[in-house]
Amino acid sequence: MSELHAQTVAYVRDTMLPQAAPPMRQSGVVLWLRQNLFSGPLNTILTLLGLAVVWFLVSHFWPWFSHSVWNASSMAECRQIIAERWGEGATGGCFAVIRERWNQFLFGFFPPSEYWRPTAAFGLMFFAIAPVLFTESRGLRWTVMAVAAVLTFAFCVLLGAPPRVLAVLAAALVGLTALNEYAHRGALVFSLLFPFLAVWLLWGGSAWGPACVLAGFVVGFAVWRVLARFGLFAVAAGVLAAAGWWMFASGTVAGVLQGVLPVALPQVESRAFGGFVLAITIGVAGIVMSLPLGIILALARRSDMPVVKAFAVMFIEFIRGVPLITLLFVASLLLNYFLPPGTNFDIILRVIIMVTLFAAAYMAEVIRGGLAALPVGQYEAADALGLDYWKAQRLIILPQALKISIPGIVGTFIGLFKDTTLVTFVGLFDPLKQMADTIRATFAWKGAYWEPYIFTGAIFFILCFSMSRYSMYLEQRLKRDHR
Amino acid sequence: MTDLPAGQDPPFRLSMLVRDRRYRSLTIQAGVFILVMLFAAWLVSNTVENLARMGKTFDFGFLGNRSGYDIPFSLIPYSSDSTHLRAAGVGLLNTLLVSALGCLFATIIGVLVGVLRLSSNWLVSRLMTVYVEVFRNVPLLLWILVIMAVFTEAMPAPRDYRPAADGTASASMILFDSVAPTNRYTSVPALRVDHDPGPVVLGPLSLSAPLLAFLVALAAAWLIHRWVRARAQARQDATGIRPVTWWITLALYLVPLIALSRLFGLHLVTPELRGFNFAGGMNLDNGFVVLLLALSLYTGAFIAEIVRAGIMAVSRGQSEAAAALGLRARPIMALVVLPQALRVIIPPLISQFLNLTKNSSLAIAVGYPDLRATLGGTTLNQTGREMESMLLMMAIYLALSLVISGVMNVYNASVRLKER
Repeated sequence: MSELHAQTVAYVRDTMLPQAAPPMRQSGVVLWLRQNLFSGPLNTILTLLGLAVVWFLVSHFWPWFSHSVWNASSMAECRQIIAERWGEGATGGCFAVIRERWNQFLFGFFPPSEYWRPTAAFGLMFFAIAPVLFTESRGLRWTVMAVAAVLTFAFCVLLGAPPRVLAVLAAALVGLTALNEYAHRGALVFSLLFPFLAVWLLWGGSAWGPACVLAGFVVGFAVWRVLARFGLFAVAAGVLAAAGWWMFASGTVAGVLQGVLPVALPQVESRAFGGFVLAITIGVAGIVMSLPLGIILALARRSDMPVVKAFAVMFIEFIRGVPLITLLFVASLLLNYFLPPGTNFDIILRVIIMVTLFAAAYMAEVIRGGLAALPVGQYEAADALGLDYWKAQRLIILPQALKISIPGIVGTFIGLFKDTTLVTFVGLFDPLKQMADTIRATFAWKGAYWEPYIFTGAIFFILCFSMSRYSMYLEQRLKRDHR
Repeated sequence: MTDLPAGQDPPFRLSMLVRDRRYRSLTIQAGVFILVMLFAAWLVSNTVENLARMGKTFDFGFLGNRSGYDIPFSLIPYSSDSTHLRAAGVGLLNTLLVSALGCLFATIIGVLVGVLRLSSNWLVSRLMTVYVEVFRNVPLLLWILVIMAVFTEAMPAPRDYRPAADGTASASMILFDSVAPTNRYTSVPALRVDHDPGPVVLGPLSLSAPLLAFLVALAAAWLIHRWVRARAQARQDATGIRPVTWWITLALYLVPLIALSRLFGLHLVTPELRGFNFAGGMNLDNGFVVLLLALSLYTGAFIAEIVRAGIMAVSRGQSEAAAALGLRARPIMALVVLPQALRVIIPPLISQFLNLTKNSSLAIAVGYPDLRATLGGTTLNQTGREMESMLLMMAIYLALSLVISGVMNVYNASVRLKER
């Protein structure tokens, strides 16, 4: 057989040929270019247009950026340096204005010796949100906490915090990290305490003031807990007890305690707030308060009690129907009419209230969408288990509904944070307009237009972009559906 | 086994108002109602007291008084002798103008960018991603300020368009010599009418006759177009063959428009430099141009995301099934993908339009005389009637929002999936 074969077949290959490289056009860069940039006439045109746009942007902005000056004391000096280095007629960025005035963009008119306070509050905020937001992944939680701790401490050192403060801060940072790792409930307690701590750090004064306000919540909660058997009465009694504490006892107790054990920071007036300290204070306060308010409004709007539903609809539609600017003007112009004669409270507080109400209405609609997207079976299953309304909401409905609404909730947060710039129109020193205008109004920095916009815009972009990326990450992590 | 007597509820006792689920909701509602009413009464009584202390009254009579200030940009005849009410009307029309144009441009930008972001072209989709992320994650106010700075700082003065001694000008008009952006205004081509028979007066309104004629012609063309379409549909249902109607539609719209243009002598005038300023065209105030640009670009980025999400929400199986049925690329897009994508796109698009309308109140940053600047700005400051001006302004914005969302909801209902 093999003999025959040997005679009939002239040539038998007994080794494989080495693999040839694919043709030029079918591999590597050329293939990628052909597939992604020049796959057809239309795509080729689009690519050329895109290249033209890129070229336009680069050729216009690159010289300006590459000719930037970081070391100068005035706009005139900047221009002089640019003219010397790159010839007459050259244009360039004068980022020296940022170098000279960065503290005003970030801290407004906060006393420089107290810069560490907003910094510490901002850093500690990450420890307050860690047990709520970063529960899904230990790695991420550790990264966030480590970065926050190191940066907070480093910046507090650089900003000249007193040694005693640094010692307390270091202990707090280490303690909070441990708390997050070993005692999740303890970390949650810190999350609840943080707003009061932040208020004290930002505005200063006696620590007993915020503490006694906090005590009001504790009193109310305790009363409710003791009377919990009586249902609605317990809620009413708790609210009344807390209100009574705040109206009659809180101030006196705080004064007495301050006399016995003085714990105080130098007071900072609201007028001194500006720049990103103002934007972040308003933004974070609005975010923190608008979420619970939004949930309550959304539940009210979906309630089967017509009166409650009608009020919720009226509130939500009214707020969503008017621009935020008009609400801010109401806060600055009309609130004095609506309150008892002689009342005059802080403009920042008024703005925070208005921003919170504004965001809460949007939040309510987002959460209502999540509630509506939940299959009816979930509601019925909760009823079938014999859960009462609040237990059903807390254990079954809201966790799922909030999960569905995460993109919308974060979107509302981002919108709220961006909207904090509008406070400029009621005379507050937001970083974007009022602060930049103030700096431009000085003789040295007259005409510094682009640099402040680029600086503040970049900070806003980083904060908002990271929020939106985090929401996408969370959405991925929490996906538990059956696909 | 004893039967419980049916239909006999236990007798009503007062404690059931709290303990019984059936009555508890009544208690809660009554409680909420009383609390809200008490709160409202508290606000009203405070307001009354405060107004009395300041010696102010609450009435809208000031709207009939002479306004005494000028508005640089007005769609209806207005002078400083007009009433405050008319000033508010001018502001409202300006708000509507910038909002309507903004919605139009934002939709065009958004659809283009949203589709291009899904393109297979690597460079283009990256560029569009950068545009969307950069515009969405930075406050609108910044874009308004930056574009305003571009116009006031980087644009040439009108006289820079004038050729110097050597015959070259330091600035030149863009878009085929039709638009001239300057640091004070932007000069664009204007429509001019040669034979204007004068305005048509309808009660308090006076409309220009050519405009009215064009509107009537368009409305009539639209009505006839609908009738033609309905007939074509009827024919298709009866015979299975759809008559060709596109040329009828084209003629319906074009013939009257061309005829009216010839009748009134309508033509486009491009701006040209006369002396130190542009004339002939329309000199648009830069506040308006900046606001329009910023609103369109900012909202366009949001709409792009909505459009992208909408198109991606239509599963691939749909277009594959349509292809399997023998449809070609264009009918697949027009008959299968777009109708389903629109259903996803429309509701968030409505809220973007509403946002744009409300954001137009940021005109305060560029000095464009919108509703907030007239009624909530100069009128408020001149008359000192904060209460009335603010409440009226909020009511107008609220009505505007409700009307827009109402109209769009009707449209939404017409494209929504018809379920049983």
